[in-house]
Amino acid sequence: MNEIIESVKNLSIGFNSQKGKQISILRNVSTNIKKGETVGIVGESGSGKSTLALAMMGYIKQGLFPLKGECLFKSEDLLKMSSRQLEKIRGRKIAMIPQNAGQALTPNLKIGYQIDEALRLHTDLNKTERDKKISELLNKVRLPSPETMAFRYPHELSGGQQQRVAVAMALAGKPDLLLLDEPTTGLDVTTQAHVLELLRFIAKDTGTSMIYVSHDLGAIAQVSDRIVVMYAGEIVLEGPARKILKEPIHPYTYGLLKSIPKLSLAGLPDSMPGSQPQPGSINEGCSFYDRCNLAIDHCKKNSPDLEHIKELDTNVRCFNHKELINQNNNLQTSITKKTNNSEAIEVLKLKDVSISYAKQKFFDQLLNKISDQNPTVKDINIDIKKGETIALVGESGSGKSTILKSIAGLLKTKDGQIKFENDRILSSDLKMRNPNDLRAIQLIFQNPDESLNPNHTVEQILSQPLKLYFNLSGEELKKNIIDLLKKVRLGEFYMSRYPRQLSGGEKQRVAVARAFAAKPDIILCDEVTSALDVSVQAAVLNLLQQLKEDLGTTYVFVSHDLAVVRAISDRVAVLYQGRLCEIGPSQNVYKFPSHPYTEVLLGAVLEPDPDIKPKLVAEDIVEEKPPEKGCSFQGRCPRKIGDICNSEVPPWQIGENGNAIRCHINIEELASLQQ
Amino acid sequence: MESNLITEDKHKNKLEKAFEILKTMASKPSGLIGLTIVLFHVILALISPYIAPYDYKAISPNTMLLAPSAEHWFGTDSLGRDVFTRTILGGRTALTVTFFGSLIALLWGGLLGIFCGLVGGKIDDVVMRVVDAFLSIPWILAMLLIVSLLGTSTEVLIPALGFFYGKGIVRVARAATHDVIAKDFIVSARARGHSNMSIIWNEIIPNVRDAILVEGAMRWSWMLLGFSSLSFLGFGVSPPTPDWGLMISNARGLMSFAYWSVIAPIVGLSSLIIGINLTADAFAKALGIDRSTKAPV
Repeated sequence: MNEIIESVKNLSIGFNSQKGKQISILRNVSTNIKKGETVGIVGESGSGKSTLALAMMGYIKQGLFPLKGECLFKSEDLLKMSSRQLEKIRGRKIAMIPQNAGQALTPNLKIGYQIDEALRLHTDLNKTERDKKISELLNKVRLPSPETMAFRYPHELSGGQQQRVAVAMALAGKPDLLLLDEPTTGLDVTTQAHVLELLRFIAKDTGTSMIYVSHDLGAIAQVSDRIVVMYAGEIVLEGPARKILKEPIHPYTYGLLKSIPKLSLAGLPDSMPGSQPQPGSINEGCSFYDRCNLAIDHCKKNSPDLEHIKELDTNVRCFNHKELINQNNNLQTSITKKTNNSEAIEVLKLKDVSISYAKQKFFDQLLNKISDQNPTVKDINIDIKKGETIALVGESGSGKSTILKSIAGLLKTKDGQIKFENDRILSSDLKMRNPNDLRAIQLIFQNPDESLNPNHTVEQILSQPLKLYFNLSGEELKKNIIDLLKKVRLGEFYMSRYPRQLSGGEKQRVAVARAFAAKPDIILCDEVTSALDVSVQAAVLNLLQQLKEDLGTTYVFVSHDLAVVRAISDRVAVLYQGRLCEIGPSQNVYKFPSHPYTEVLLGAVLEPDPDIKPKLVAEDIVEEKPPEKGCSFQGRCPRKIGDICNSEVPPWQIGENGNAIRCHINIEELASLQQ
Repeated sequence: MESNLITEDKHKNKLEKAFEILKTMASKPSGLIGLTIVLFHVILALISPYIAPYDYKAISPNTMLLAPSAEHWFGTDSLGRDVFTRTILGGRTALTVTFFGSLIALLWGGLLGIFCGLVGGKIDDVVMRVVDAFLSIPWILAMLLIVSLLGTSTEVLIPALGFFYGKGIVRVARAATHDVIAKDFIVSARARGHSNMSIIWNEIIPNVRDAILVEGAMRWSWMLLGFSSLSFLGFGVSPPTPDWGLMISNARGLMSFAYWSVIAPIVGLSSLIIGINLTADAFAKALGIDRSTKAPV
């Protein structure tokens, strides 16, 4: 158990800048991987975690080169090996599972053939033995019907299944070390929980060491024995998983843990100020100095070494770590937010809204026949009150973004009405809406890289809505832009910057400012924080909440992340396959009884706590289309009671907590089942 | 006053940006060579009337087909005119006609392509089929028809060439527009209720401008070749105006014993085309566009 299989010693990796300066993105990293151990490497984007992981299999990205140090795999330096030597190690001794299995698998080769390829390369088995091994491997990664699975193509599998195939391929060479680079990041919540469960099982079953790289502390907490926290290319904290997650003694890890929204807490998470420094910008002092609330003058000039704390079995890079030891009991705190008053009037009503992506066929059009009886989104009834934050939650394909687009007028509804202010029907065609309605409803997008024009300065970006809706120009326009920037806590000097000169969080702030420039009544937020780092996410959520409290804006917030939704929303609507399952005040939706789908979702949430394991109550099947009749969740429901679920649409039941659930099971019965 | 300052600042930034791009272009040997050649030709076209040693249309039976010498550096042609004089003057018309032709091609091709890419649907379908139909007509035949109907004056040649070389730009501009059209900032502008014109002007053009400019630069060199072909066939500029295509056409019959009268215009024409091509490639690289990955149209 204590045998070290790979050790990294004083590794620095860097590149040459255009000015010929050597810039390191990994600085003096040392760590050991023991046999049978799973090490989680966690950090935000740009922390160097992937570079470190790849170096551990002797791979250095183009443009980068090792500056010093070594990567010893069984006392041989991987970084000095020839490619011939590395070939013998990769796949056979060290295998990698990529982030996006869908892209890593060859699309025109069958699954079985691709696993066979790995077996031929890394083992000496003959054809019949290999065939047996293939079904054995497929069985091991718990793919359904492993016999026929081998004859299918990657595109016939769901994302979770593709990831399982990638795991099977990696296991083919019986590696000593498995490298996982964000293996669950693109997957749905329930699928993610299942894949992690599988990985944990494999680690135990085969005794393989694993290096698990992720930005998600929730996922890391589920699989890791030991955690390495990276910041700005350095290891800042390293130790047993439980100690790191429960008693972090580095201010960065502490802040990071506090900025994760948690299911058990109703309020908003604490945010960390600032953002990670760019490579090469730190000359002296601690790299976390700017963002640290424990920083003293000493930290500015001197950079701390990694110090071993014996009683905690932890390495920490901080001068003041002792101060944190006492603070740790208040990790479970949050900022309480003002909830809106329920007396408020309704500003937006969705009445029986159905949306279909199917194009009406020419003949059906002639015969005046309605072609799509089973639209993507069906029968959505939601009343949105002024000043509230309502969240639409669901996995991919649940229709949540589709609904948002049709509210914005970007997608035409098939049936039903969208009513705005005093029951005035909004046209589902953008061109038919009057300018004032367009102004009143604004959108914020998921990815600020795409939602800001790369060739415009921040000033030009913000002046678009101001010119369009308020006809501002000159002095007044500039004053308004500065006001907007102030509102989102950005300085005046940002005006002349281009989006590429901003960090992810700053870009999203500009996007928020652009939405608020229109002085809207309703802002539609489409996964606004999912492209951001955790610490930045918390700051953006706090900003949105602050702006809402100041200006009384209504938010329609779409997200797949139940913890984020819990933090920001007043009311939650849960969607599955474009149909509403449950809707109610957020504190009640997160309590039982709830719709079986909500139960499944809540069970799959990963908390950054090794003691809270996800409860997997349903299979992670992916359904392509909503069922023709009956309950939308019939295919995966763990509490299905019989034929009635397949034939009849369940009725709405109102629980005593005020949440409405659409299920055939009586609500009291549901409550006792879920206890 | 303050807002004035900002616009000035922006203006300066644009100039700086242009200078930066030029610097990047010149940093590679191929770009530097291309730029030098183009610059040389442009300067030559500007100053050649003042430095030409002889009168380009002076015919003399005494100096017919003289080999290169100290008096006539590139020799003389079959009518006894100085080839050097005619060669340095021969690029003027070609450069002017094709430069303005390319501008017209860029304007109509670029704008139509962007418009089609943005609106899509039936309008896009119809326009693109019409463009396809025009692409299938051999341009030189169509040009011959136009020139024989309307004459060979520059007023006819510039718009005609501009039209025929703009068809390909329509497709490039449309494809470039399709790249950006799905981005959220366009969706965002649409949701705000901006008009199509405003979206084209503010959101799309800044993002497709580079791709279209590079395409325009490439078209320029093709147009130069096309224009010279017309002259070669006798449908470009009329004699006795000095023009490379015309000179090659007149001298090619005598190539076997008076090679000099045909080599000089060939070198002039091909060096300019190579220069423009190298410049366009360096321009594309400096802007971060890799032409090799774009499908040729």
